[in-house]
Amino acid sequence: MSIKVRYFASLKEQLGREADELDAHTVSLVSDVWRAANPEVAMPDNVLAAIDMEYVALDTEVKDNVEVAFFPPVTGG
Amino acid sequence: MKVKLLAEAYDPWQEVTEYQQSLHSLKGKFGATAVFVGTMRDFNEGDDVNGMFLEHYPGMTEKELAKIADEALLQWPVLDYLIVHRVGEIYPNDSIVLTAVWTSHRGDAFDANRYIMEGLKSRAPFWKKELLKSGQQRWVEKNTDGYLPADST
Repeated sequence: MSIKVRYFASLKEQLGREADELDAHTVSLVSDVWRAANPEVAMPDNVLAAIDMEYVALDTEVKDNVEVAFFPPVTGG
Repeated sequence: MKVKLLAEAYDPWQEVTEYQQSLHSLKGKFGATAVFVGTMRDFNEGDDVNGMFLEHYPGMTEKELAKIADEALLQWPVLDYLIVHRVGEIYPNDSIVLTAVWTSHRGDAFDANRYIMEGLKSRAPFWKKELLKSGQQRWVEKNTDGYLPADST
């Protein structure tokens, strides 16, 4: 299963990178994507997630060849 | 119906004027235009702010803004809208955001514009990093409810 993982803003700085390419076989939910990509880092409580640029809940199932994004609360406007 | 992200400073009033002039088929049809402009302050949370960097998620930001506007179209009889938002480096007194809505009647214009603006604040993937006068940089952690706090002067 091939998944592109992207990070934004403070989360990107905290992790020290903006993306991961995951080739994971143990991933079924969005929260599993975080665990596979960041085994040493607990997922922040207020994190938001998107699959292919649409907001999703953390317990959403992840399909092959998608882009999963994690980011902090938005502060535009 | 237009969503626009700009990496350079812009004049929101000129954007509204030019966009309205381009709405040839709506001439004589709209009776109300509600415009909101958000401008960068030189202070935040008690600190002097020299500038700001606005990060976004190219692709998703535009998509989410269009989705919010589409939701407004389902709830109010909106004839047209314009959403403009800055990205990149921004300085005090620069316009950050512009939302404009054209309708037949004022109530729909005010309500639809408010819906779009609140949706943008809570859902559109933008993140602000402030550059303080002290030299420190900090990410804005969350948006407020949009009112001056009761305990401030």
